[in-house]
Amino acid sequence: MTQLPEKTDRKLGLVIDLDTCVGCHACVISCKGWNTENYGAPLSDQEPYGGHPSGTFLNRVHSYEVQPLATSAMPHPAAQLVHFPKSCLHCEDAPCVTVCPTGASYKRVEDGIVLVNESDCIGCGLCAWACPYGARELDAAEGVMKKCTLCVDRIYNENLPEVDRVPACVRTCPAGARHFGDFADPDSNVSKLTAERGGMDLMPEQGTKPVNKYLPPRPKDQMDQIDVLAPFLAPVMDEPKGFLGWLDKALEKI
Amino acid sequence: MHPAPSVIVFTTLSGLGFGLLFWLGLGLPAVSGWVAFVFFAIGFGLAIGGLLASTFHLGHPERAIKAFSQWRSSWLSREGVAAVAALLVMGAYAALLIFFDIKVTLLGWIGAVLSLVTVYATSMIYAQLSTIPRWKTPLTPALLLAIALAGGALLAGQITYAQILLPIAGVLQVLWWVRGDGALLQSGTNMASATGLGDIGTVRAFEPPHTGTNYLLRELVYQVGRKHALKLRAMALMLGYILPVLLILIPFAHALAAVAVICHLAGIAASRWLFFAEAEHVVGLYYGKR
Repeated sequence: MTQLPEKTDRKLGLVIDLDTCVGCHACVISCKGWNTENYGAPLSDQEPYGGHPSGTFLNRVHSYEVQPLATSAMPHPAAQLVHFPKSCLHCEDAPCVTVCPTGASYKRVEDGIVLVNESDCIGCGLCAWACPYGARELDAAEGVMKKCTLCVDRIYNENLPEVDRVPACVRTCPAGARHFGDFADPDSNVSKLTAERGGMDLMPEQGTKPVNKYLPPRPKDQMDQIDVLAPFLAPVMDEPKGFLGWLDKALEKI
Repeated sequence: MHPAPSVIVFTTLSGLGFGLLFWLGLGLPAVSGWVAFVFFAIGFGLAIGGLLASTFHLGHPERAIKAFSQWRSSWLSREGVAAVAALLVMGAYAALLIFFDIKVTLLGWIGAVLSLVTVYATSMIYAQLSTIPRWKTPLTPALLLAIALAGGALLAGQITYAQILLPIAGVLQVLWWVRGDGALLQSGTNMASATGLGDIGTVRAFEPPHTGTNYLLRELVYQVGRKHALKLRAMALMLGYILPVLLILIPFAHALAAVAVICHLAGIAASRWLFFAEAEHVVGLYYGKR
């Protein structure tokens, strides 16, 4: 049923820390790996070793350069590089769900995860049009819509050790930039992180009410003098002396 | 947005087909026998041909029957339901008229209303999307309905109505273009809101996630040259609206009316290509392509 639930019992989702992410793309690879080998149609690649490689990914890492405005205290502020992982935000008002004509797209009442029933999907692509975040990709080999499942086949999987019962991207992140939890619980790790660090919504004006939150980069430290070697590289002599001094003067006169 | 031929053919032809069925349902022109057969055959041919074309872009067309189930929330589903209802009612009306010479006026009126509802539902598939500010306006259903009514009147030989409706559609088309050019800026969605990094400073896309392309870029981030777009707009306006009006102002001749219909169809196809090609999906912001 593609009508959205009034309320979900839990609100499972991710906190992504833009201050900590180093842009290594390990989450991209682990996501592709887990979701190709497990639940649903594999994430196919087209011409992976050819001239025009492309493929289906549920998680992609962008990189942005942010140039702060000059102030009187900081006349030449350095640009910052921010790595930006992006996957499905499991929105409360998910526009991708309501546009689906077949009922293949749905939001789960028990935990708020947005999923696609692949055997009902006709591959019309309208849900990808409706998503402002580019979280849905139509698989070119399978003809069905693929999206992040929040690793629904890991988080409840009792065959896995407890430490692995988190989404693959969270489990693999070497920087600890991705956190998984229940946003409906104010005492959960993700709720606390969001409150402490000013977690934000992407494109709030689109009215999708995303569950996933992004932690903005912290302000950069200001250091007075960090280059300890610079003093040793100062010129030891301003004016040449002796033969070189004479040559310098002689050449000046010509 | 990627201007997929299947979707352009679908919206252009089925819009014209349902427009013609609307006028036939009203009994304009009041036809019967073989003449009615030809008129209805053209109407059904265009409407059904368009609908069939739309299934070509599906990943799994064999499951298309499931698309009738979610009419409570989905405009695409509503469109399917409305189209089948309109075709069934108009089919019954046409069969009675052609083979039994019985005109059930009420049935025709219901069919006419359902034909317009179908065009409206089609337009709402696009007009509902906040992600494409150019489409998200009541002008979109107004334009698509006006085009269907005007084209239908032209095809049904309703010269007086066509003379009124074609200029109205033309004006709506220009309004839709003018509003659309500022729509993304007006929407308030930009790289700052997309990344949430606007508070720090000016955001610039530094590196895309992959060196190659992907589904999102192919489907949603199609970019069209502004110079060509302006030329195409002029052609669409001339062929779709201005020329047909001029041609039907000349004392009526079947040959000229046929030229008017062909001109109109070509102009609307060009306008529909631009409808998709010029539409900016906000996901392009993440790729710095807006």
